[in-house]
Amino acid sequence: MDTLSSLADGFVIALTWQNLLLALLGCFLGTIMGALPGLGPSNGVAILIPLAFTLGLGATPSLILLTSVYYGAMYGGRISSILLNIPGDEPAMMTCLDGYPMAQQGRAGEALSLSGVASFVGAFIATWGLILLAPQLVKIALLFGPAEYFALFTLAFATLGGVASTNQAKTAFAAALGIGLATVGVDTQTGVPRFTFGEVHLYDGIDFLVAIVGLFALSEVFLFLEHRHGNAEANASKVSVGRLMPSFALLKYCTPTMLRTSLLGFVAGVLPGAGASLGSFVSYTFEKKLVDKEGTFGKGDPRGVAAPEAGNNAAAGGALVPMLALGVPGSGTTAVLLAVLLALNITPGPLLFTQQPDVVWGLIAALFIANFMLLAMNIPMIGLFTRVLLVPPRILMPIVAMVSFVGIYGISGSSFDLLVMVGFGVLGWVLRKLDVPLVPIILGTLLGNAMENNLRRAITISNGDWAVLVGSPLSIGLWSLAIIGFVLPIIFGRVLKARMRHMKKDEESSTID
Amino acid sequence: MSDRIFGAVGLFLALGYAWAALIIEESFLSDAVGPKAFPLIIAAVLGLASLAIFLKPDAAPEWPSLPRLLEVALAVLAMILYAILLPEAGFILATAVAASYLTWRLGSAPIGSVLIGCLTSVGIYAVFHLVLGLSLAKGPFGF
Repeated sequence: MDTLSSLADGFVIALTWQNLLLALLGCFLGTIMGALPGLGPSNGVAILIPLAFTLGLGATPSLILLTSVYYGAMYGGRISSILLNIPGDEPAMMTCLDGYPMAQQGRAGEALSLSGVASFVGAFIATWGLILLAPQLVKIALLFGPAEYFALFTLAFATLGGVASTNQAKTAFAAALGIGLATVGVDTQTGVPRFTFGEVHLYDGIDFLVAIVGLFALSEVFLFLEHRHGNAEANASKVSVGRLMPSFALLKYCTPTMLRTSLLGFVAGVLPGAGASLGSFVSYTFEKKLVDKEGTFGKGDPRGVAAPEAGNNAAAGGALVPMLALGVPGSGTTAVLLAVLLALNITPGPLLFTQQPDVVWGLIAALFIANFMLLAMNIPMIGLFTRVLLVPPRILMPIVAMVSFVGIYGISGSSFDLLVMVGFGVLGWVLRKLDVPLVPIILGTLLGNAMENNLRRAITISNGDWAVLVGSPLSIGLWSLAIIGFVLPIIFGRVLKARMRHMKKDEESSTID
Repeated sequence: MSDRIFGAVGLFLALGYAWAALIIEESFLSDAVGPKAFPLIIAAVLGLASLAIFLKPDAAPEWPSLPRLLEVALAVLAMILYAILLPEAGFILATAVAASYLTWRLGSAPIGSVLIGCLTSVGIYAVFHLVLGLSLAKGPFGF
């Protein structure tokens, strides 16, 4: 009952004209960013963070805007998967498998609207899951001391590569690089400058917003320049969309699939390091095993469209649970959302629920509202979004670059930050070429200071005894999970990733011949 | 081969980072851990990861040919110039030039790209400055 009244308070906060308008704007921009190949949810949120700041929005409105973008991007990813067979973002990869064949059979409209409904169901169930699960997790988190937090941060980094990671050394490298960047600046505990090399600009550290926008948005521009596929795509108009509304029978046919995969996706999202890509992959393979008796999956089975979409949207909601309750994000985009919180001077974690309930519940209410808006937007207005796919990257990418510059310049007004951002853009491009994941770098710059502070606090409390780090059953448990989470992908990672690629390849060859 | 070079660079980075951590001047008032210990742990992780990458490299990525590499380098140069000249030249002028350059290099026709660049610049100025009230760089002409 307590939860419901908090939720009602949340709706009171979210239902103002300004917040509704922001949610609408966020959903719209998010869907577009998700739909455009090359601009995923993390990119989309990263580009818009500076905007939310420079607009001078308060904490709750900024969060409403940016999480709407997050949910919107998750919806939008499917559009290019279905119409172009190019996933708009990584989680939407599995939607290509059955979505594109459906489009080829002239049922693109049905596939789009059905996946819209599936996204809605997934996100809706996940938001309820968030409401029920997050407060429970908070109760556990309140037992954490500094030593446990240090172990928890290590766990987050160890599992961030995800089960599908191919090279754990590169994940570890990225995490250490990020944490190393966070240590630049004046030491918070003793006041000595570290790694500043006498440069005054570096005394207050490297702004993580600058790093995020550079790493994600600018490196994308460089990738496009390198391949100069400025004129790729733009054949969306060739596919006829067909009827827009799914028939009631079709919806009913797919309902059990959507419900099952929503639960599965949510669990995948909550688990550290899994994220939305794994959510959609697990959902698809699970449904295929369970209901694909006639072998229609991969040939345009509607359930094959519904399953990954419900799964990835549910995982997106699930990933918010550890981010809000523990302050430790489970996926790339939630890491970027964590940056928003930190920049707004909000420390996520167990205390957030007791000290700033208006932020939490306003956000959750906004998720519900955004979800309904997205459903309403995605079915009748789908034609508009398919038009957006016609904007060629040669026009789009310069706009992305310029908006990034505007955003960062708007915050600090200094050329130095812009130069640092370009530097991060180049770094991001090189690291992407080398297959080094960027998310651990971001998470490192975000959490590095908190991690160090907890370590030093724990050891100061124990009078310099380092054994305190493994001094409680809880921390030993977290350390063992971290070790398992780091070692497991070394054994299984290649197999899983190969299977994901393999399924995609199979699909491509079967559509060609 | 790429990964070997990458691992070696990473190792040097780790060593340099550890060295920079060791020369941090400690203040006389310090906690039990001090400002050096955590960076040294991170340097160790960085070094070990680099060593692993060096010893067990992945297949090399497909590096762009020299002209494409030059393309990226020129774009970086354009962005650096943009960052430095933005406060001098003002937002509209600098952005129009930079956006024209980028869209031209991504494959627009020369005349078209000037048009697209100007439209991008004016569009962003209208949305961000006139509608949203963001303060953008003021040049000699006041915009």
